[in-house]
Amino acid sequence: MSEAPHGAPPAAKGQEILLLDGVSVRLSGRTILDRVGFQIAPGEFTGLIGSNGAGKTTLFRVILGLQAASAGRVLFGGPAHPHGHGRRHRRIGYVPQKFMFDPDVPLRARDLVSLGIDAQRLGVPLPSRSRRALVEEMLHAVDAERFADTRVGKLSGGEQQRVLIAHALIARPRLLLLDEPLANLDLGSAHEVVALLARIAREQEVAVLISAHEINPLLPVMDRIVYLAAGRAISGTAEEVVRADVLSGLYGHHVDVLHVHGRVLIVAGAGEDTDLAGHEGVFPRSEVLS
Amino acid sequence: MSHFLSPVFAPGFFESEAVHIALGVGTLVAVVTGVVGVFTVMRGQSFAGEAFGDLGTTGGAGAYFVGVGPLWGFVLGNVIAAGAMEAVGVQRVRGRDLATGIVLGAGIGLAALFLHLYTTGHSTTGATVTILFGSVFTISSATIPLILALSAVVLAVTLTIYRPLLLSSVNAEMASARGIPVRLVGVLYLLALALAAALAAITIGTILSTALIVGPAASALRITRRPLTALLTAAGIGVGAVWLGIVLAYDSYHWPPHGTIWPVSFFVVTLVFITYLLSGLPEARRRRQADRRSSASPVAQPATPS
Repeated sequence: MSEAPHGAPPAAKGQEILLLDGVSVRLSGRTILDRVGFQIAPGEFTGLIGSNGAGKTTLFRVILGLQAASAGRVLFGGPAHPHGHGRRHRRIGYVPQKFMFDPDVPLRARDLVSLGIDAQRLGVPLPSRSRRALVEEMLHAVDAERFADTRVGKLSGGEQQRVLIAHALIARPRLLLLDEPLANLDLGSAHEVVALLARIAREQEVAVLISAHEINPLLPVMDRIVYLAAGRAISGTAEEVVRADVLSGLYGHHVDVLHVHGRVLIVAGAGEDTDLAGHEGVFPRSEVLS
Repeated sequence: MSHFLSPVFAPGFFESEAVHIALGVGTLVAVVTGVVGVFTVMRGQSFAGEAFGDLGTTGGAGAYFVGVGPLWGFVLGNVIAAGAMEAVGVQRVRGRDLATGIVLGAGIGLAALFLHLYTTGHSTTGATVTILFGSVFTISSATIPLILALSAVVLAVTLTIYRPLLLSSVNAEMASARGIPVRLVGVLYLLALALAAALAAITIGTILSTALIVGPAASALRITRRPLTALLTAAGIGVGAVWLGIVLAYDSYHWPPHGTIWPVSFFVVTLVFITYLLSGLPEARRRRQADRRSSASPVAQPATPS
């Protein structure tokens, strides 16, 4: 992995929001993550790309502190934050994977956003003007005012994503983690959510780390890619990472990178498993079709 | 006035001390079970309620056997049950079948033995009926301090952990990502549920205790959109059902067969059930209207629940 273009664009030392250094996770003898290292600068938009089983969710759990690393370090940096108190969970907003609310959950969109302010506190929240104003501001930021009074379980997948993003953002995190937020969305909603996240990263000055098994919807907005395959990672800009030689090194066998009508297709080369349609376990699914 | 109301309130209703106690205890218990029940339904833990019904029976029967008040037995049985559930991990769906078959079955077996020994010694089956179906009219005033204390504890715990509990009931991952100790919150809630089930058991019996926890809450979740409103609505539905149940049971003295009253539990559970059916009507009507609208449009589309 020595040829991996680490750390580009180089963030000023000590300025990164998040730094992973040689992070490995072994669970019951299996290596899930193998010496993963990358860093994220404030306000940067990073895509964590990899197929199902590549270790994306485990990597998120390590960053969130829910999974201990077998080796390596996870460091949080950046300027001190007024609400931060240096506690990891207050500095990271998190949107979980494949999550849909039950229709009978007694929460309107605005209630879920409001719960994001201080869900970890004890007692029943007292309504206040500043609370309402903050919720209103977040609903506006994710363009969710239209369905603010609808039960979250009755919203569409894209609408639920917006509300979940507002819920995560309202605590003013430095880093927003989203686990496969595009997985259940149709193409139109996926593009809307990506555009929204890119805008939020800019406006709210929050770094975004988003995992996805498909690279194309994220290509226009990513400052940096962390490409994960079989537990190993390469990071850099799209130009540095999405290249045949680099990805071949990561996968351990020859891979072609094709550019077709502005889309990127990553396919296994000759001599390898060339079954283009059916190698979900090896390659990101949609990268080899459409 | 009293003449006008006599078809509703049978003579002596307002003078009876048993009725006073029943109304007071019933109100308190309904509020507690309503508040706790909303989270039970959200967390999909009706199963735990059932388990408390079974092991509460064991505890209640044991209490009769050793000669203490049944509420002590319900509380002890349920707290032990909560501990066992947490230890075995019964909160997870897997392993529930095993726990139901073995642990809860053994508990009921023990209850059968206690009740057999007790009723043979006292030549009465009253204890069995009291434990299984409750007897809100025979609660002694000596039990009231304990009922008050338990209710206060349950409400205090639930409202103290309200926010972490709400978020971890919606999504445990989101809660733990925020640093909420999801497991601890779950244990505290399970204890609150255990005590609430004991309170429900003394009011309408162990077998039906789940109905008072889950029924009003399930109805409330159908008709409200906001979390705090759901808690209040569930409590309100429970209180209404208990009050009406007590009035009807008191009236039933004059119904056939003469000279007995129908069980309060029957009325309460029936009223809860009717409320649940009615609470589905607004949603059903909305769906019918949506269907009519879509079938009125030129391109007939299959109805999709919004």
